[in-house]
Amino acid sequence: MTLIVQFRRDLLIAAIGLAVLIAIGLGIEHAWPRDFLTSIFAAGLLAMSLNMLIGYTGLVSFGHAAFFALGGYIFGLLLQSPAFTGAMGAASVPVALVAAVVGTGLYAVVIGAICVRLTEIYFAFLTLAFQMFLYSVILSWVDLTGGDQGLMGGIPRPEFLGIDLGDQYHRYVFCAVLFVVCVMIMRIMTESPFGYTLRMIRDNATRAAFLGVNVTRVKLICFVVSSSIAAVGGVILALFTSGAYPEWAFWAQSGEAIFMIMLGGLNVFLGPVLGAVALRILNDVVQMYTSHTEIVIGLVIMFVVLVLRRGILDFVKDWWVEKQQARLAAENRNGRE
Amino acid sequence: MFDLDALASCLSASACLVNQATSGLIIGMLLFLVASGVTLIFGVLHVINFAHGSFYMVGAYLAYTTYVVTGNYFLAALVGGVGAGITGILFERLIISRVYGQNLLMQLLVCYAFILIVDDLVKIIWGAEYLAMGIPAEFRLPPLRFAGGFIPPFYLFLVGVAVAIGLGSVLLVTKTRFGKIVRAAALNAPMVSALGIRVNVYFALLFGFGCALAGVAGALAAPVRSLTPGMGLGILVESFIVTVIGGMGSIPGAFLAAIILGLTRSIGSVGFPLFVDGAMFMIMALVLIFRPTGLLGQGAVR
Repeated sequence: MTLIVQFRRDLLIAAIGLAVLIAIGLGIEHAWPRDFLTSIFAAGLLAMSLNMLIGYTGLVSFGHAAFFALGGYIFGLLLQSPAFTGAMGAASVPVALVAAVVGTGLYAVVIGAICVRLTEIYFAFLTLAFQMFLYSVILSWVDLTGGDQGLMGGIPRPEFLGIDLGDQYHRYVFCAVLFVVCVMIMRIMTESPFGYTLRMIRDNATRAAFLGVNVTRVKLICFVVSSSIAAVGGVILALFTSGAYPEWAFWAQSGEAIFMIMLGGLNVFLGPVLGAVALRILNDVVQMYTSHTEIVIGLVIMFVVLVLRRGILDFVKDWWVEKQQARLAAENRNGRE
Repeated sequence: MFDLDALASCLSASACLVNQATSGLIIGMLLFLVASGVTLIFGVLHVINFAHGSFYMVGAYLAYTTYVVTGNYFLAALVGGVGAGITGILFERLIISRVYGQNLLMQLLVCYAFILIVDDLVKIIWGAEYLAMGIPAEFRLPPLRFAGGFIPPFYLFLVGVAVAIGLGSVLLVTKTRFGKIVRAAALNAPMVSALGIRVNVYFALLFGFGCALAGVAGALAAPVRSLTPGMGLGILVESFIVTVIGGMGSIPGAFLAAIILGLTRSIGSVGFPLFVDGAMFMIMALVLIFRPTGLLGQGAVR
């Protein structure tokens, strides 16, 4: 109950946000906004969950996309298996969703248990290495995953609770709800005492340990939760593309997610989502002019990292704080006159 | 998934054993050259060069073109190494030097950007298709026979060059004036620069040297592997595994680990082809659990 009181404002914002998203999706007949937003839901969950590690805990992971891909593959594989859909019937979709989240979480427990004990550089590197491991498994286990072709051929989507995911409107609303629920879970986690423990570990892990925090355990919990949320992103993308592809587990996908965080703003809760939107638009614009998108994106990353050094919302936040201070100063001056 | 019969019959036949051991050794030597560059740069500059694989690729492609144009493989290997070294110095001066001492995120992002740019440039210059160089003319000799197995002369050259370069780089770092200055600068850069030594130049040279090692590895790999944009990432991951198993900063450790991984790969491809990558990761995980600093490393990882 206290949780609800504490997060009443956030819940209200989430409800309004969801209503706006649904209104956009259902109100506009053209499919473009729905497709665009659905891909943002997937990429945004990947980037935001990664930011729980990077921005809040100081764990720079270079292999987060592995969990994103694993979620998509588990979900897709289960629904493509006639034995599974036969046994589950109408419950197929929710059970597959839960299996994707829990399965990815269990995999993350194993990877995390090895990685979270290590220093920054080793952590970044090992997460990358385990991601490439998953990538090579997906590529070489052709019988199960279809190798470099990916899980094509469509994912069957049996109707459940009156929700028909075959219908693009139903599917969009379903994805929007998943997205907002996951964002809310992350909001509650990062603004709760647990979230402040994460920040303390980021700023000074030794001090946290002295205060009696089991640093390894807290890091591991954060790692597992954020990986499971990345898996929901994968599920959304699997629903959207009606398949799953090995590139989802490729290192470049993680690099992209890290850049989304940097671009949107590392220290603002919704920064990574803005980064996802900005990068997606940038990609589309560049693609209109040249087929060599990678060079252009690479140069943009260099520019942002070496020249701007901060993300969009970091600038907005500074500007806002400055404006507030100017107003306060002006009020003080007026008060004195 | 597992073919233990094939594994057993290979292990009991000397011909198969010789062939697998040789191919394991050349994989190991290529890994060693790339990993020793990573480990040198990390040990001295405390920078993890996530873009190291790109220099391997640059070396391979430069060697390919030089060989096609001149027909001289030795010149090609030299151009590959020197070209990668120069690219490395430019990368260090223009980009990496701006993120020294900053958080890992920035280093990682600039390396990510660099990989994207170089991969795309390679696609523009050489095309996206696979290129094959083939065994150079100098080495088209009959293979040597040893205990029933065949050993191509080029393999011997590759192993010889790698061992020589590895020894050379250990000596460079431990015995020469250059190595002493670089190590001193790594410990206390302001002190060394107070002695009138331009630390930046030494750091750039060391970074370039590390990249040149990757470039030579690429040039040596060009005749035995196919060239493709993106070929750098696979070897990057494997060479990192080598540095982790061997111990960060330790060149002898990298050598030992590279041979272990090379043999695991070549023998594994007979006995458990689908599990080769898995076996590498198992070895790494075991080493990390029981000996977190790596087999021969002293640095802290926790």
